[in-house]
Amino acid sequence: NHSRFFSDHIPSSKMMFPHTTPTLSLVVLRKRALSQYAWWFVFVGVSLCLTNQAETGLPSAEEAYNFFTFNFDPEPQEDQHKGRLKRRPRRGEGEGEEEEEEREDEETETEDEDLFIIDQSARDFLEVTRAECMEYSTRVQREEELLFTPSTRPVPAYSKLPENVQPRYLEEEGLYVGERPPVSLSNQNILENRILIIYKFDVLFLCLHSIAVALHCSVELGVLSISAQTLTSKHMNRYTVGIGDSQGDYQLDVDVSGLVFSHHPLFSREHVLGVRLAQLCDQQLSRQHKDLNRLLSDKVSGLNGLRNTNEYRMCFIRHTRRLRDAEQEKDRTLLKSIIKVWKELKALREFQRFTNTPYKLYIRKCVEQASDELEQEAEVQAEVAELRAEYTEDYETKMSGYRGQLEEWKSWRRKEKVLKKKQKQRKQLSRDEEDEGSEEELGEEPVKPEAPEKPDLAGLEQQVRKKAAKIRRRPGEPVLLPELTTAGPVTPNEQCPRGELARREDVTKRSLYIKVLYNDKEVSRTDSRSLSTDFRVHFGQIFNLKIVNLPESIKLQVIYESIGSSSSQLAEVCVPIPESSVLTGTAPSEELEFSSNQRVMFNHEGVGSDVPFSFAADGSDRHTLLTSAKLSCCVSWAVGEGGVPLAPPTSQPAAGLHSGLRQRDAIACIGASGLNDMKKLRKWAADSRLDPNDPNNASIMQLLSVAVPDYFRLEQLQEEFNFPSDGELDRSRRFRLLRLRSQEVAEFRNLKAIPALEREISEKVFEDYECRLKEVERVDAKDHIDGHRALVAKYLQKVRKSVVNRFLITKHHFILSDLVIEEEIPSIGILGLNLFKLAEPKRPLKPQRKERKKVTAQNLSDGDIRLLLNIIRGYDIPVRRPNASKPVGARKGSRSYGDPFTSAHSSQTALQGSEWPLGQPVIQPFVEVSFQRTVLRTSTAEGPNPCWNEELILPFRCAPSGDYSTSSLQAVRDEVFINIFDEILYEVVEDERERGASVHTRIERHWLGSIKIPFSTIYLQSRIDGTFKVATPPVLLGYSKERILGSEGGYDAVRSPSEGTFLTLFVTIDPQLVPGDPIREKKFDTQETERLLLACELYEKDAHRRFPDRRCVTTVVDMNGKTVFVTRFIRPLTPPQELLDAFPNSPQETMELVARYVSFIPFLPDSVSFASVCDLWSTCDQFLTLLAGDEEEHAVLLCNYFLAMGKKAWIIIGSALPEGPTAYVLTQEHSRYLIWNPSTGQYYGQYDTFCPLQAVGCLINTDNVWCNIQVYAAPMRMSFDVTKPKCWKPFFSRTFPDPGLSSVQPEYLVYRRTDQTAAAELQDRIEKILREKIMDWRPRHPTRWNRYCTSTLRHFLPKMELSGGREVSEEHRVDVLIGCLISGFPLHLPFSEIRPIIEAVYSTGVHNVEAPSVEFALAVYVHPYPSNVLSVWVYIASLIRTR
Amino acid sequence: MTSYNPSVFLLMVNGQIEGANFPEYDDLYCKYCFVYGHDWAPTSGLEEGISQITSKGRDSSRSLVWNFPLDITFKSTNPFGWPQIVVSVYGPDSFGNDVVRGYGAVHVPFSPGTHTRTIPMFVPESTSRLQKFTSWLMGRRPEYTDPKVVAQGEGREGRVMPCIFTFYFLTHVP
Repeated sequence: NHSRFFSDHIPSSKMMFPHTTPTLSLVVLRKRALSQYAWWFVFVGVSLCLTNQAETGLPSAEEAYNFFTFNFDPEPQEDQHKGRLKRRPRRGEGEGEEEEEEREDEETETEDEDLFIIDQSARDFLEVTRAECMEYSTRVQREEELLFTPSTRPVPAYSKLPENVQPRYLEEEGLYVGERPPVSLSNQNILENRILIIYKFDVLFLCLHSIAVALHCSVELGVLSISAQTLTSKHMNRYTVGIGDSQGDYQLDVDVSGLVFSHHPLFSREHVLGVRLAQLCDQQLSRQHKDLNRLLSDKVSGLNGLRNTNEYRMCFIRHTRRLRDAEQEKDRTLLKSIIKVWKELKALREFQRFTNTPYKLYIRKCVEQASDELEQEAEVQAEVAELRAEYTEDYETKMSGYRGQLEEWKSWRRKEKVLKKKQKQRKQLSRDEEDEGSEEELGEEPVKPEAPEKPDLAGLEQQVRKKAAKIRRRPGEPVLLPELTTAGPVTPNEQCPRGELARREDVTKRSLYIKVLYNDKEVSRTDSRSLSTDFRVHFGQIFNLKIVNLPESIKLQVIYESIGSSSSQLAEVCVPIPESSVLTGTAPSEELEFSSNQRVMFNHEGVGSDVPFSFAADGSDRHTLLTSAKLSCCVSWAVGEGGVPLAPPTSQPAAGLHSGLRQRDAIACIGASGLNDMKKLRKWAADSRLDPNDPNNASIMQLLSVAVPDYFRLEQLQEEFNFPSDGELDRSRRFRLLRLRSQEVAEFRNLKAIPALEREISEKVFEDYECRLKEVERVDAKDHIDGHRALVAKYLQKVRKSVVNRFLITKHHFILSDLVIEEEIPSIGILGLNLFKLAEPKRPLKPQRKERKKVTAQNLSDGDIRLLLNIIRGYDIPVRRPNASKPVGARKGSRSYGDPFTSAHSSQTALQGSEWPLGQPVIQPFVEVSFQRTVLRTSTAEGPNPCWNEELILPFRCAPSGDYSTSSLQAVRDEVFINIFDEILYEVVEDERERGASVHTRIERHWLGSIKIPFSTIYLQSRIDGTFKVATPPVLLGYSKERILGSEGGYDAVRSPSEGTFLTLFVTIDPQLVPGDPIREKKFDTQETERLLLACELYEKDAHRRFPDRRCVTTVVDMNGKTVFVTRFIRPLTPPQELLDAFPNSPQETMELVARYVSFIPFLPDSVSFASVCDLWSTCDQFLTLLAGDEEEHAVLLCNYFLAMGKKAWIIIGSALPEGPTAYVLTQEHSRYLIWNPSTGQYYGQYDTFCPLQAVGCLINTDNVWCNIQVYAAPMRMSFDVTKPKCWKPFFSRTFPDPGLSSVQPEYLVYRRTDQTAAAELQDRIEKILREKIMDWRPRHPTRWNRYCTSTLRHFLPKMELSGGREVSEEHRVDVLIGCLISGFPLHLPFSEIRPIIEAVYSTGVHNVEAPSVEFALAVYVHPYPSNVLSVWVYIASLIRTR
Repeated sequence: MTSYNPSVFLLMVNGQIEGANFPEYDDLYCKYCFVYGHDWAPTSGLEEGISQITSKGRDSSRSLVWNFPLDITFKSTNPFGWPQIVVSVYGPDSFGNDVVRGYGAVHVPFSPGTHTRTIPMFVPESTSRLQKFTSWLMGRRPEYTDPKVVAQGEGREGRVMPCIFTFYFLTHVP
């Protein structure tokens, strides 16, 4: 049947069935849960091997091949099928099916014959038969026969358990039960059903099933021979955990002290009895120790004493009494049996006439006191009374129950009688069936209750007494105390009979030893000891086991040796592994009983083992005893030096051996060191499934729950490594400092060694910076005329900041040539030049300046840079007025300054020349250069056209923090003042008599004019070489312009158009500094079209290629940093109306006025405002709002004005002196071209020799840009006719027409009238400041102010403004100043700030006059023009009283 | 110093420029200098130096040995701008002009102990073949305006032509 069952196994994946109809049970089976198959598979798996591949019903490979390759005959499929059927072995198929098939076989056989006959023609037909199909119901039916389907219903508990056994639910008992793995209930039920039905397993196993499920050992379970042993063994394996980490010093001491046989095959009968006697006596002794009898007696008497007739108490007393009686009875029987055994022993000894054992029993009698009897009597009485009460009570309850029953019975009887009467009446009517039914209605007749017996109260006492007699000693009887000694004599061997002798000899031959097995491995064994006659073996050996592995089991094997025969194992004793608290020395010795069921027989007196024997001579009373013994041993943990227990310290008892599942020792698992590691401990606790409810584990559970957090911190040092928040970073001074430095904020740009610690950075570091930041918002009003200027300054700051930020990136961009020095490819020209150079004379007569090596600015320090000024000569220096220039006689001379000082006063020149007979020249000029408050002067020359040819070397210090980087050098705002002075010698000899003896002279110097050159210009141009016009004051008191016609007549004619004083200079910086890089403007944003930009690039490139030194500008950068085509800046704009109205008749003068107006707008070079930044072009409205700009802005504005005035005007981009690359304005006046310098307001004719414009690069108009392609760039030698294509190359041509660019300029400019009062206020303030300054500059002399002179000058200044500084009469003041030697001059400045005015005043050196009687006069006049354009006049004069 | 004693740390560098391996050239000398950040300042020792001219050894390795000592102490408040040693090697070309044979830079080791550093050396290449020829002819090879640029990041976007010369450098950072 089994094999049948397994034959239809279900391979879970392939679902193949060994049936003739392969489709048979698929459907049914699929209905089952897949998991169930798994279980099936599990159980069936083992026997899978039994099933045969042949059974599967699959065609073999050959068959399959034939099937598919065979050229099918028309023969029906059935044939094939049948053929296959025939071949198939039919071992495990259902009988019914077999029958069926046999039938089929018969059919096919008959057919086969036919087929053979018509072999050839058979292929020609095709027979169609019905598909073989079985009805569903039959299929199911058949399947049910074959297949076993365990039901999914839960197995009832009764079928699982043996009878009369209650299931235990450990959970309900409060024990900890580990979590089961999730197994669906249905699967579990199926398994249970299956086990129940198929295997008919032990009930025990069924009880285990839950464990089995829990342990996932489903596969192992499939093995039929499942047992608890395998379970444990499997888990035991898990415990051989590597405890390498806990190489603790653990030592187990196994003390094997001895062995006492309680039965041995070599026991004689006497021995048997003796042992029995000894056991009984032991029992007696232990009972005596406990003395239960007395305890209970006391309890009973105590309870009786209370005498409280409580029902419950009574019951309790009764119960206790019963217990006491039982104990007393046991005592008594024990005593009796001891005496009986002793008697037997004695009888045996007598019978065999020798004694083998030294046992001897003494019975001690204790004489009772007199009270004993009374006590007993009282006890009996009490018990009797109690019983009586009990019985009475019992009787009463029974009686009441009886009465009730009786009543019931009586009523029934009455009913019956009534019924019977009725029946009789009915019988008369119909004698049929009805009587039966009615009788049934009445039911059965109740038994008539019997009255309970009256309790036999009299007999009660008798009963009690009888019992007492049975269980107690009689009153007066002595108390018997048996006492066993082993002091009795043993009959020596000689006196014994042969049988006994043989036994004794046999005993001596025997010896024993004990093997100690630790973890099933023998670790040591005791010495072999021979068996003594009293069957005690003493070993007394202690084995010290050093433990490396976790103790799983300690076993002691008792090995039995006999001389002449091989040793055999008598028994194996498992010793429990001690708790870690069990230590050597304190551990009590344990007695382990064991027995062996070996069958041993002897032919001598020995009783043998498992052999029946009898004590009686007649062979009756047979006993069968098994070898058994008590092994006394002790296993404990050793104590090391210093009393340290060599035991694993754990609270977890090593209780493992008995409960295999939980045998996990914390120490063994994770080691002693692991105890400190909470993680490990937790893991261990989880793994070992500690019972959380076990009080033993309470401490560890608490520890785990408290100490080990539930989470695991990935990086516990995270906090230390957290990046500070943005706020913290912002607050950090150090970080701020570092950041500001990296942003190259000016104050911090070159900061060195920023302190490492926050506290070392003082707040002061930021003070300057913060002040500056605040200043941006609150521009101090002192330097500015009004709020408007403050706003402008603020705006300028903002623009500067944004532009600087914009350029910071481009500044850090380098190109190859910045980094790598590489020789350029020498062109043929250069090569030729070099060859030519070889032929040059070594020391040419006219040496040319050689280019010096340029020095990068970064490795410079203070004092390395010097400013070299070569002052070569001067032209046309004003000369002293003749009458004023007689200082010799000045002492007395009442000098008259009556003549007006006009520039062209040629009438007097002849006179002048004749009036200097004493050798005093007309003028003794010298040049003084002041730069950064360092003043150097040349020697004094003579004449109006002096020649100095001197070199002055001025040291240069970079003011901001010694930083010599390009950008900071460019930002230097210092200017070089080149002043021309006249040196006058005064004789100060007071006495005429001394004249011959000594010369006392006083040197006075008078300022004649100055040239200002900004340092930035020098720096950017690297050298300035040329003749410059000296800015002379419009009025120079006491001096006049000389016209020397005679000597230099021819030259005079040339220079006549321009008037003024000139100075030839050469200025440079030593060493030559590399000027700032031009910003590569292509990187800026733009709104121009790509095509235009491309054209611009090409155009500029072409121009640069042809004329590398001519500037050609097509695109410029506006204030927003965007590239703009330059013509967009040109647009006619009307100048302020009041300027146009000033000279309605003279357009020439209007133009001059407009030019003056433009020049009043302060000049501020871009390179200063935007350090190291390229030219920025601002629109005219921006320019007027900012009131600051450089040449380009001035030129654009002037050009726009001229265009608005209907002139033809262009902007000239070129280079001029001293400013270098610059922008001028060209106007055309009737075929005459005028060149306007927009910064000064002056104009020059095209052929003016002293025109500062040196080269013309290109012209810019509203419509076009023209590049100069003429041979010469000097204005004098070129044509300004832009229509000539040979001379000018236009940007927009026929090939690239003007796309119609809109202008960036506004349509018109809005002018605001400047506040007169504000101007007056500023005037006062400037005057006040200047006075203070002059007094400051003269610390050692008193400074006196001439009020009268001051007021005169103050009236004079506005006239100067009106006249444009030219046609001024001086007569107004001359009369006032009679008797004074006066020297002074007005200064005319555009107003931007006060500081330049102060500088200008200082540079004149008026304050240097040290004459004791000197007085000063200072007047300031501020003339307002529209849009806050201010013209400032400062008249400063020194007066020396001569009277 | 004064009572105000700012917290700084010192970096002492001892070492030597041991030698180099320039297979093609002989009779080379080298210059070194240190490049460091704003917060660094040398307190003692030489910041730059120039070595003797050395010729190739006779042994098989044919290496140039200078054994030129370095000894400098820096003080700083900020590891940013950790010093770098910049070494440039010069030697005569076939016409006897002193031309640069290699530039290289390496950070001073960060950890104390003895370290050996090998610096790959490179020289800027001429921008064209013609220029290469003329520079050879005129004995003026392209060179950096300042050798320190090799230790800086600015303006070095991918136009360095490396030569494969090794260069040993040994430092002890106590």
